[in-house]
Parts: sequence; C-alpha cells; structure tokens
Amino acid sequence: MNNEPVAAKKKRSFTIRNPFMLTKRTEGMAGYKSWGIRLIALLLAIVVCGLITLLITGLNPFDVYSTMFRGNFGTARKTWVVLKDMAILLCVSLAVTPAFKMRFWNIGGEGQILVGALATSACMILLGDKLPAALLIPIMFIAALAAGAIWGIIPAFFKAYWRTNETLFTLMMNYVALQLVSFFIIVWEVPKGAGQIGIINQSSMAGWLPWVGGQQYLLNVIIVAVLTALVYVYLKYTKHGYEISVVGESERTAKYIGIKVPKVLIRTMALSGALCALAGFLKVAGTDHTLTTTITEGYGFTAVMVSWMANFNPIAMIFTTFIIVFLDKGAGEIASIFRLNQSFSEILTGIILFFIIGCEFFIRYKISLRHSETKEA
Amino acid sequence: MIESDVAVALRGITKIFGKTVANHKVSLDIKRGEVLAILGENGSGKTTLMNALAGIYAPDEGHIYINGEEVEITSPRIAFSYGIGMIHQHFKLVDVLTAAENIILGLKEPGGMNLKKVGLRVEEICEAYGFDLNPQKKVYDMSVSEKQTLEIVKVLYRGADILILDEPTAVLTPQETNKLFAVLKNMREDGKAIVIITHKLHEVMEISDRVAVLRKGEYIGEIQTSKTNPQELTNMMVGRAVSLNIDRPEPQNRELRIEVKNLNVVSEDGIQKLKDVSFQAFSGEILGIAGISGSGQKELLEAIAGLQKASSGEILFINDDGTSENLIGRNPVAIAQKGITLSFVPEDRLGMGLVGNMDLSDNMMLRSYRKGSGPFTDRKSPHALAERVVEELSVMTPSIETPVRRLSGGNVQKVLVGREISLSPRVLLTAYAVRGLDINSSYTIYDLLNRQKALGVAVIYVGEDLDVLLELCDRILVLCAGHVTGVVDGRSITKEEVGLLMTQHGKEEAADE
Amino acid sequence: MDAILSFFMTFLPRAVAQSVPLLCGATGEILTEKSGNLNLGIPGIMYVGAISGVIGAFFYENSGLQFIPAVAIIIPIVCSLLGSFLMGLLYCFLTVTLRANQNVTGLALTTFGIGVGNFFGGSLITLVESDVPSIVLSNTSACFKMRLINSANPGWFEALFLNYTFMTYAAIAIAIICGFILKRTKVGLHLRAVGENPATADAAGINVTRYKYLSTCIGSMIAGLGGMYYVLDYMNGIWSNDGFGDRGWLAIALVIFTIWRPGASVWASILFGGLYILHIFIPTGTDMAIKEIYKMLPYLVTIIVLVVVSLRKKKENQPPASLGLAYFREER
Repeated sequence: MNNEPVAAKKKRSFTIRNPFMLTKRTEGMAGYKSWGIRLIALLLAIVVCGLITLLITGLNPFDVYSTMFRGNFGTARKTWVVLKDMAILLCVSLAVTPAFKMRFWNIGGEGQILVGALATSACMILLGDKLPAALLIPIMFIAALAAGAIWGIIPAFFKAYWRTNETLFTLMMNYVALQLVSFFIIVWEVPKGAGQIGIINQSSMAGWLPWVGGQQYLLNVIIVAVLTALVYVYLKYTKHGYEISVVGESERTAKYIGIKVPKVLIRTMALSGALCALAGFLKVAGTDHTLTTTITEGYGFTAVMVSWMANFNPIAMIFTTFIIVFLDKGAGEIASIFRLNQSFSEILTGIILFFIIGCEFFIRYKISLRHSETKEA
Repeated sequence: MIESDVAVALRGITKIFGKTVANHKVSLDIKRGEVLAILGENGSGKTTLMNALAGIYAPDEGHIYINGEEVEITSPRIAFSYGIGMIHQHFKLVDVLTAAENIILGLKEPGGMNLKKVGLRVEEICEAYGFDLNPQKKVYDMSVSEKQTLEIVKVLYRGADILILDEPTAVLTPQETNKLFAVLKNMREDGKAIVIITHKLHEVMEISDRVAVLRKGEYIGEIQTSKTNPQELTNMMVGRAVSLNIDRPEPQNRELRIEVKNLNVVSEDGIQKLKDVSFQAFSGEILGIAGISGSGQKELLEAIAGLQKASSGEILFINDDGTSENLIGRNPVAIAQKGITLSFVPEDRLGMGLVGNMDLSDNMMLRSYRKGSGPFTDRKSPHALAERVVEELSVMTPSIETPVRRLSGGNVQKVLVGREISLSPRVLLTAYAVRGLDINSSYTIYDLLNRQKALGVAVIYVGEDLDVLLELCDRILVLCAGHVTGVVDGRSITKEEVGLLMTQHGKEEAADE
Repeated sequence: MDAILSFFMTFLPRAVAQSVPLLCGATGEILTEKSGNLNLGIPGIMYVGAISGVIGAFFYENSGLQFIPAVAIIIPIVCSLLGSFLMGLLYCFLTVTLRANQNVTGLALTTFGIGVGNFFGGSLITLVESDVPSIVLSNTSACFKMRLINSANPGWFEALFLNYTFMTYAAIAIAIICGFILKRTKVGLHLRAVGENPATADAAGINVTRYKYLSTCIGSMIAGLGGMYYVLDYMNGIWSNDGFGDRGWLAIALVIFTIWRPGASVWASILFGGLYILHIFIPTGTDMAIKEIYKMLPYLVTIIVLVVVSLRKKKENQPPASLGLAYFREER
C-alpha cells in the first residue's frame, strides 16, 4: 500500500494531459451553423460513397454521380417514380414523427403500413364489385386508417399502463402483420397455388385512386404534401402537439400539469399507426394495386432515420426523404448497369446515415484546446 | 513553505468552465488530525476545488502538493493512490449491487473476487470507528444514512487518510448528524485529515477546527473556529453584512383551508408511504413539514396536488363559505375545474416543475396551454407572463427564448415560483424551495412566501434545513416513516425536539418488538 | 411414451440447431447491454458476420489450394470475427466516442449490415468474375457439420445430447462462460457497474469507455458467429439473400426474456428455436395458409414475454439503469 503513491508518482511524470477538452454546448448553436455542419457531413458522405462505388465498379467519381443523377431524373418516368417513392417514404416519416417527439420508439412502421395495405386490399377484393367508387374508396380509406391505428394502439396501451418495452413490441408487431399478410395472400391468391394475388380488380379498376392531371402518381404527391403541412402545424401550434412535446421531454412534468400521459401515448400512437397505414393505402390503391409482403420496401425502418435526420422537423423531412430516395434510385441504376445486387443502395444509405449521426456530436459538443482556453480568461 | 503536519497543500488552483471561473487562484492547506471546514455559498466553487483534489476535474492552473511533493491528480484512481477519498453529495453507489460489491468496485487487488474476505475487512473498519454496516445489503434497500456510511467505509477500505465530505449532513437528521460527527472525531483522533464542505454555519462551529471561506470562486480567508462566530463567517461568505433573520409576521385572518383526514398512500411497489395522516392547514400561515428525506413529504404534497393516488382518507378544501370539496381522486385539471387554485413548487424543478429544454415562454404555457381557442395553443399570454416574471423577480436570463436549463439554480426557481404564484393560488405547496440556492435567492424566496402568506394563501413548506423551518414557519408538522409524529408551534419548539420527532416512529416500533 | 420420445428425438435436435444463432445473438447482446449500450444493430452485425465468414470460405474453397478441414474452419471464423468486430467498433465509435443516439445508430447499422450481407451475397460472383453459378460452400460446410457420433441410428441419449455440431457446443459454452464472468468475476462486476451507473464506475476508477468498447465489440463478435453458423452449418453453406431473416431481432427480444442472464438464454433460445419450426410439426393437411398463422408464434410469444416481464417490478429484473444513454463526464 505504501509503495503505491511512489509508483504512481513516477508514472505520472510521463503522462501528457489530453490536450483536448470536451464540453457540452450549453449556449446551443445557431440554426444555420448546425445545418451547415449537417450539410458538410452529407457532402463528405457523398464523397465517400463515390469512392466506394469507384472501388467496387471502377467508375470514375464523376460518372458515379452522373449515373446516379440519370437513375433519378434520366426520363420523365424516372422522375415520377422518384416523386412516387418520396411521397410514400415522406408519409411514413411524418407518421412516425409524433411518436418520436414523444420519445416513443415506434419501429413498427412496417407492420402498420402492412395492415393498412391489407385492409385496403381486403376492401378492394371483397367489396370491389358491390359498391360504387365514391363509396368504396372512402371505406377503404377508413378501414386502412383504423387498422393502422389499432396496430399502433396495442403497443402504446401496454407501454402506457405497464411500461412494456415499445421498441421490441412494435418490432414484433411487424412480423405478426407480415404473417397475417402472408396468410391472406394465400387465401386470396390468383390463380390458386401461385403464391401471389396479382393485380386487384384489373378489369374493373374498382378501388383504384383516380389519376389527377393525367398523372398516375400526382394524387399521392398532393396528398402527402398537404399532410406535411398538417403535421407541421399539428406538432407546432396545437394543444396536442404541445402535449406531445411535454410528454417527450418529461413524463413527470406532464403529470404535474394534469396531462393524462396514457391518453397522450395512445392517442399519438393511434395517429402514428393510422398515418403509416395511410402510406399502405396510397401504395395499394394509388400505385401498386396489389398486396405483397414486400410492399413496405423497408420504409418503416428507413422512415425512422429520415425523421431523425430531419431533427423531427416535417419541412426538413422533405429534404432528407429526397436524399434517401435519390441514393436508392442512383445506387439501383449503378447496380443494374454492373449486374450487382440492388442492396448496394442500402450500403450507401448506411454510410450517409453514419456521417449524419456522427456529425451531431459536433453540434452538441465543443472541442477546444485546454491551454488556449485558460489564456483567454 | 509547507508545514510538516500539512497533508495536502493547494497553491493557486484555477478552474474555468466555459465562461465561468469556478476557482480563481485558490491556495489552501489541509492538515492531519484536523477537521477543516470549507465554507461557501452554493456556487462559490468549494465542490469544484475539492473535485480537483479527488481527480474528477483537472485544474487549469495551479499546483497540488501531497506531503510536500508536487503531484498531478488526473483521475480518481490516482487520488486513491495518494490516500485521498471523497464522499460526494450525490452518492456514487450502484443501486443493484451489495455494500461489499460497491466497496471493491474499481479496486485493483490481486486475485479473484472474494466477497467474504471483503466482508471481514469491512467489519474491522466498522469496529475501529464505530460504524454500523451490513456488507451483504443491497444499496437500494438502504436508508440515506446507511448509504453515507457505506461511502465512508468504501473510502477507508481503500486506505484513505485524507477524507473529503461534500455536504454530508444535508440529508441527515440531527441525531444521525451527531453520530456522523462522533465518527469523524474518532478519525481525527486517528490522525486523518478531514475536510467537510458545507454552507451550514452551526455545523462549522460544532465539528471543525479551522474554517476556510470561499466566495465566487475566490479564497477569502481562513480562521480558527474557536476564534470566530456565525455572524462573522456569514459576512465573509456573502461579502457584506447580512441579517440572518428570516421574517415571520403573525398570521392574519387565519381560516381553515385544507383538512386532511386519515390519509393513506401506498406506492406502486406496495410500500406504505403515508399512514393515517391527519392535519389542518390555514390561510395566512406557513405550515412547515419536517422529516428525514423520504418520510412521505413528496407523497403528501403530491396527494394534495392530485398527482398521487390515495388508498383511503380525505383531503378537504374548505371554501370561504364553509363548504368543502374532497380533492381525493381528482387530477390537477379536475381540481382546477372546481375553481380551486392550487400551486405546487415541486422538489424536482427541471424534471417536474419545468421543462429544461423549453424556453421561458413555453414553460409558462405549461399551466395555461389549455386556454387557447379550439385545437390551438395561445402563445401570446405565456410570453407576456414570462416577461412579467423576469421583470418582477429580476430573473437573470439572456432572453425569454432561452431554454430554462441554461439558467442558474436560483433563476430557475424564480421562474418556477413566479409562474406558480401568478395563478393567484389559494394554497401554495412548496418542496425544498431553497435547495441549492445562494443566500440572496433563498431570501427572495422566503419573502415571496411571506407575501403569499400575507395575501391569505395557505402555504405548505416542506424543508430540510431545520434552522430555516424554525424561523420561517408558524407551525411545523413532523413526518416520520409516513406517520405524523407531531404538529408543533414553530415559535416555541427547539431543533432537538423536532429532531426527536423525526425519528420517533421507528424507535417506538423497535421498542414494541 | 415411445411416441413422445421419438417426437423429441426429431424435434429437439432441430430446435437446438435453430437455437444457435439466437443464442449467439442473445449472448452478444447481453454483454453489450450490460455495459449500457442498447445495440439494435445486432441483426445487421449478424449478417455481416455471416457474409464475412462466407467470403472467407468462398475464397479458400475457390483458391485452388489444398483443402485442409482445420483451415477451412479457421478461415471463416476469423473472417467472421473480424467483420463483426469492425461493425461493433463502428457502433462504439458513434455511440460511445461521438455519443450518438443508440437507437438510430443501431437501426442504421442494421440497414447497413443487411445491405452489406445481401450485396456481397448477391454480387460476390459478379465482382470476382468467378465461373461458379452461385455461392455453395458444401466442402466448408461439411467441415462445420462434423459430429461426435456418426451412427445412422443413434440411441435417445446420443440423439438428444451428442448429435450436434461443434458450433452448437461452442455457443452454449460461450453463453455459460459469459454468465460466469458477469456474475462471479471482478471484470463482470465492473461491467455491471458501468451499465448501471457509469458516473459511479468512473469515480471508482473504472475506465468506462474501455469497458463499453470491449464488451460491445466482443458481444458483436459472438453475435456475428451466430450469423456465420447459420450459413455454413445450418444452411449447408448455401447463401440466400434475406435468408437469415428476423433472427437478430428475436435474439434481442431473448435478452429481455432471460432478464440479462446468458446462462438462461441457452434454454430460452432452444425454446424459441422450437417455436420457430413448430409449424412444420403441426399437421395442417393441405391448408397452406394456416401455416403462415403458426409462423406468428415466436413473435406472439415474444410479445407476451415482453408484457409479462414489464409486469414484474423486482429491482434485479430491470434493464441496466443506464441502458441507451451515452455517458459524458460532465465538466460542469
């Protein structure tokens, strides 16, 4: 015991103090600066993505980006596909946002989209030849939203009353929904034994959303654009939105001012689930006209990151959605030219995410040199 | 330069956090066989200074000498190796581990984990200094004073002979404090150097041999305890002559406002928090609530505020015309709808009373957001209220749009109290309203409470500092383990009597067994 | 009696074979979570562990070198460990050093990991311009499938206890060793302290960052082995995209089910492995649809388990107190 101090002392004389000091930014950071950092991270990420593509395909970086650009805007058709996918992804991102603001980790977007799509398909298949479009489409819409709301309420209920882990609960609900869809696909498969439903109501087009302005996808885009504005206003200017922020910041404060936390949790998750289901509805009734187990395209998960990257700001989400869809289409174009797997886009998306996740550090913390600090004072 | 009985010498220690200078060129000696009190207001930098010694923060400038040799203490482990042990105000214990496991945490002793051997050595230490500790007990089952004992034993187990205690008595009863002081005296006799960080003057007078005073990060001076008095120390601490007396006007128009009858509260995990609590609170008076922390104060206030379910009993609010409303089973919104304005300043200011990440205006909205038209919130009146509170209570803030977590403790409390008072309450509940505040802010709060009292509000003041309770409150209700052990007159009772009541219930039970 | 025994003799070995990836994933995630890191990237890490092993085996099998079984086993294992270690390191760098949100980082890691797995699984042959039509590593797989007994008609004891591949025993051994370390050693005590209360651990002189990095990276490596097992052992060396499915997520659910005890995850993963394949054993006749409903079982059971666990309020049964939170030694 007595020897220890001596030993420690000897060791100390060789130690160099860490020259960097890390402090939390208590003053906060100006908005333009923090978005600037995110933009720099994004640019760095795009450079790294280009380099990796170069390594794998041998394309020179300039060609990488121009190929990516062509994949998105090469033809009018491609541009519309970009808009179509953006609409759906943005819809799901908007859907999960209220839940995240409440610190409710809803990663059950997949399941909520699926049940929405399932309910929509069910109405189209079972009621398609019985009801006029003016009645059928509202019924499909309501059924989808109700199904999604239920899918959202179930985990919220258990979280509200027993604090059941919502991350895993919502995740498992995805697979329950997936199996449910698999079940109905076999029940409704056309022809028997095909393992798929095929285009629903191909001849009658019953339950198909109308084309607007001669464009198949325009209606979806308009609906989601309106939704973006609504969600923005809801979160920022309404009592519900305020309650969501308070519950997210501190449940104890919420209770203190008489907010019924379980009610807010369940209400918000019903909304979140319903909006996810809206994406499923738009997909089945608006664009795909069929039901598959892969109809979600992983958007339930991607949306989590889109929403987070946008700092839960619905307007910024338009931009983050675009980045993800752009990468996806661009990488898809590269992959198909080089006969590579389409998952290439997931790798690039992952890299972009890592950069943006990492850059938050520089927004929240200040790194300074120890000595310069003391001299200033 | 450095005397031989000096264990630690600090020379010119400076520590800067961002733009705040926490310590500025502080020099200080810590001697063996002596209890040194470091006295200073909240925010005067006393904890920061000692943290530099314990290896929590590295000072930006200055030198530390141990036994005359210069050392650099960059981590707690190195501090241990020099025999320095610090008992932090917020205990550094792992709840789900046992006492023995906590003791050996981080220790680099050769060999495997032998908890039995640890237990034996713990018992030796306990016997030597008169502690009482069960090595197998889990921390979450321990009382505050047991946890403190564990912290001290932990430090001694590591062979510390320089002990630093940060506000050790803040959570103890007078009796537990006496026990602690007895142990500290034993250690002093044993030749250990002991430092206690405190802002309580009577403790300084009671336990210390020497006092060093800090103010706003600067070293003001030191003095032999036997040659000074509380008034002189206060003046050194605050930097000017202050009156230590708290106003206590006679209650006016005293009328029954709140009557609690046989209130029982059981917590979610099945523990009885309040047992048959009955008392009355009157308008125009301040009712103090004393007790060891965790005796049911929180549950009592929350039950009145409609935040805590009661298993049985009544909480009556008596209107001016003599009719009454039972508050039990009503949440805060339902209580407000009955036209009863209850204000509540909770203990956890940023975790309950306010939202740290929201700005002043949004925090004002917490109480008023329901008033907006239709589905939308009204953002104008909270903004106006925030401006008024900042103006009237002279809150130091860069702007109304500043998140409240960036304000200092005193300003945070002013924002919270300001909002609660703006409701023009009939009943004002406060929990530990001056905890962590400097003397000036504390007196502002006492004034605000007295003003409410003069307006005919029934004020309920839960406090931990018995000196303050005895000076501020008209009557004091003492809680012990969820029981009311007495409602006494604040003007005539002594601190020792209150202290006895605070521990009485447990003793009766022990006697019964 | 005989009917039950023979049912078990066919059912249990299959359940155990299914359980290994779950067990590895759960053990790895328990170690990780004990340090306070909630790594939702485990599913992606298991994909990377799998594809790294596959890439190693693919190059060795197609290298034209003499095929030595011991080398054929070591190369994929080393590659797999390396791949999942890098993933763990990435997670730690983002969440521990850069203190990023653990949930988002984990999800991004899963997206990335599954992408890496599927991309190389689907493009490896194109990339190296090999002339084989698809990735089938039967030689390597044969090495991984070596068993203790080789009898065509084993007795019940042999069938139930000895009839497994070496990776199965290894996975169980790893789980038990991890359980022992966590419970009985100082390293385990320190790790638990880091996960419960990093500030306290820090004040006690424990290097919080080092413990978080080490436990998360080791945990990732153990989980990655589970992914490799799935392809090289269970699937006989045949890679199929998305074939690994949702096992990574179930492994994370198992962590809660076993209340953070690697020892308990041995039987719990066998139970879940059984649920996974139960639909094969339930006679449904020609009704193919109903099988899809039976496949819900593991997920429904997980949900029920989550609810039941949340009803228990005992202190010891709670997750590590700092789980999901980044630690920053606040200099005020």
